[in-house]
Amino acid sequence: MRCDLAVIGAGPAGLAAATRAAEAGLAVELFDEQPAPGGQIYRAVESVPAARRALLGPDYAAGAELAAAFRASGAGYRPGALVWNVDSTLDIDFSQGGRSRQCRARALVVATGALERPTPLPGWTLPGVTTAGALQILLKAHGCVPSEGAILAGSGPLLLLLADQLTRAGAPPRAVVETVPRGRLLEAARHLPAALGAPGYLAKGLRMIRALRRAGVPLHRHATDLVIEGREQAEALSFTAGGRRHRIESGLVALHQGVVPNQQVTRLLRCAHRWSDSQRCFLPVLDPWFESSVEKVFVAGDGAGIGGAASAALRGRLAALGVLRRFGALDGAALEQEAGGLRRRLVRDGAVRPLLEALYAPSAQVLAPADETLVCRCEEVTAGQIRQAVRLGCPGPNQAKSFLRCGMGPCQGRMCGLAVTEIIAAERGEVPQTVDYYRIRPPLKPLPLIELASFEAAEDQPGDAPPDAPPDDRDAA
Amino acid sequence: MGPLARADVVVVGGGIHGCSAALHCALRGLSVAVVEKNTVARHASGVNAGGVRRLGRHPAEIPISDFSMKLWRRIEALVDDDCGFQSAAQVKVAESEAELETLAERAALVRGLGFGHEELLDRRQLRDLLPAVADHCVGGLASLDDGFAVPYRATFAFQRKAQTLGVRFFEETRVRSLARDGRTWRLETDRGTLEAEAVVNCAGAWGNLVAESLGEPAPVEAIAPMMLVTAPLPAFCKAVVGATGRPLSFKQMPNGTVVIGGGRRGVADPETDRSDLRFAELRLTARTAAEVFPIMAGASIVRGWAGIEGRMPDDIPVIGPSTRAERVFHAFGFSAHGFQLGPGVGSIMAELVATGVTQAPIAPFSIGRFKATE
Repeated sequence: MRCDLAVIGAGPAGLAAATRAAEAGLAVELFDEQPAPGGQIYRAVESVPAARRALLGPDYAAGAELAAAFRASGAGYRPGALVWNVDSTLDIDFSQGGRSRQCRARALVVATGALERPTPLPGWTLPGVTTAGALQILLKAHGCVPSEGAILAGSGPLLLLLADQLTRAGAPPRAVVETVPRGRLLEAARHLPAALGAPGYLAKGLRMIRALRRAGVPLHRHATDLVIEGREQAEALSFTAGGRRHRIESGLVALHQGVVPNQQVTRLLRCAHRWSDSQRCFLPVLDPWFESSVEKVFVAGDGAGIGGAASAALRGRLAALGVLRRFGALDGAALEQEAGGLRRRLVRDGAVRPLLEALYAPSAQVLAPADETLVCRCEEVTAGQIRQAVRLGCPGPNQAKSFLRCGMGPCQGRMCGLAVTEIIAAERGEVPQTVDYYRIRPPLKPLPLIELASFEAAEDQPGDAPPDAPPDDRDAA
Repeated sequence: MGPLARADVVVVGGGIHGCSAALHCALRGLSVAVVEKNTVARHASGVNAGGVRRLGRHPAEIPISDFSMKLWRRIEALVDDDCGFQSAAQVKVAESEAELETLAERAALVRGLGFGHEELLDRRQLRDLLPAVADHCVGGLASLDDGFAVPYRATFAFQRKAQTLGVRFFEETRVRSLARDGRTWRLETDRGTLEAEAVVNCAGAWGNLVAESLGEPAPVEAIAPMMLVTAPLPAFCKAVVGATGRPLSFKQMPNGTVVIGGGRRGVADPETDRSDLRFAELRLTARTAAEVFPIMAGASIVRGWAGIEGRMPDDIPVIGPSTRAERVFHAFGFSAHGFQLGPGVGSIMAELVATGVTQAPIAPFSIGRFKATE
């Protein structure tokens, strides 16, 4: 199995990249874990009933057009396909339908989007504690809302959006508890003039806040010292706000501290990453065509740095243009003209980001968890153990991983990686860039041993003779 | 500008052999500096399968392996950390009568050398040790009093213990050249000069860089043995298991995860310190594991990895004094089975450095065996 371009992820970036490249005549294969296009943001967008679509709002419905254009583009599509390894020659190892095979690609667009930032807090591993993103997936994909009023706690635009969507679905949250510190709005306000240039985002935010007030959902601001209480199961959230301790009972607590790029594939490929102080996470180092430090590996969408769905689609198209440029498959002037238009829209859409990043910076409590708080859920390693390992001389996350097993469980460090980097950096008095991140090893997600035992490598797939060298296989300077 | 450091001994390489040699030199009262181009235990020492095995060793290695085993059994007294060491049987499984015959010959050979640790197992004895082994396995060879440890933890413990005795570690420091000036060895590094009276070369897959500069090149090949680890399974195997006719090293850790290795190789790039996995090879590892232990058909692989290791053409290490330069001693190229030898060989190196001689039978490991044939 071979293709010119492999795309991983069928969110807005992956759909846009695959569509644009296929339109230009490249043989494209898009791999996605979900059964239908849309990614997390537009999950189930092709099949969602009209009533739920109305509930989720016009921004969500916009995903349907992307999905339709992708379906019409002629790009190969592999739904339900988990890419579990990509090697340095761009052989893509994937599992689909219980079978693992290999596809040889000439270029790769990584469009694996964002993950919710880990939120290590006391009690965050109790049953009944979930994330805002997980609740939203249940709503989008299955029309499920919690039977008990959920507490939404943390920071970030998704918190308000979810509260609004749940309220309109008839399941208003019991409370929204925001951890944005007092005074942060004022600090962030210097980004306000720029943000006003972005279409519609601020108005949407204000509309949601008003709607929550009307619905009588309590909104607690500037909360600190969050503790999820409960023995076998979450029972309540307690926190300090307005100078006193609060306790709100619910068996369902959804945490959120914003989203961060999913680095698993780019780390696996050893792309260079840089620490972003404003987003408090690592971003792949990319050129203006979204190509990483590893040749022919492009990164689009939120995986390139959090920018939201509209920017993701624009970046996906730009990355596709980058691929076409690499292959010399598009005339230079036409390429520059199309890219110029996309870049201008990208600048406009991104104008709101500095405000959001400043306002919704993650709370100090999750960046520097208390010693007894579990950081690695898979292997049950606490923040205190990590600090102790640093005091013994562990210089970075990989040594802490070897020493304490943090990041060695089935999640491959997705749930603890950034927290471990931050804790080690703080303890050593270094910046996260110096401390760096876990080395990621395949498989990216757990793989049945018997499936690996019958793995079909490209060289032993029948009828997979090497294709004739494509005439356009020359790299642009 | 003065030198970066001056010591009695400079050890090149911060793997288990370098850290052990440094610790044992310090225990003999020598001042020691360790220079490591990455970080301690970055390669083979930090990521190997952790087997502490005497079973199946090259006859020349058996005495030093047996000596090292004695140190492993009191490892906590040596380094103030148990290194995750657990006493366990090492078992080599015979999958056919012909393989069992090979193992019987091996057992006789080891007995003939005067060592009693390798015992032949019949069908029933094999199942007493490995109740979950597949029906087709007819017997095996066991060393009942071997074990396993946690590689990074062990190497890190050697480093820390050495540090408490005053050993200085220069990590992220690369040796560029070495030259002798009178009785002083000068090692030029990218961060300054290290000066010492003696040099111990424990540079693993990079060991030839020192050897070659002394005019005694050794054909070290950088290899990347691959390993897999599963999600936890119910406890079913207490021994560390290998196969006779095909590569396998298999053990269930106390937390239920199963580590599977055995020498199938990925791609090693010693220039960039990188190693890549080859799943077309690892699928054979997965097949072997499931065939020897049917319970593995229900396992899921959580992670695969590889580390860069130095292999000699005859699969035994280089241990001993330089044949060209005075006061330089080699211990590298352990050919994917050096972890168990770490404590013992470090002690032998310190003896060599401090006294110039050792009673340990290390002649077969001399670098002189690779004399260029021009």
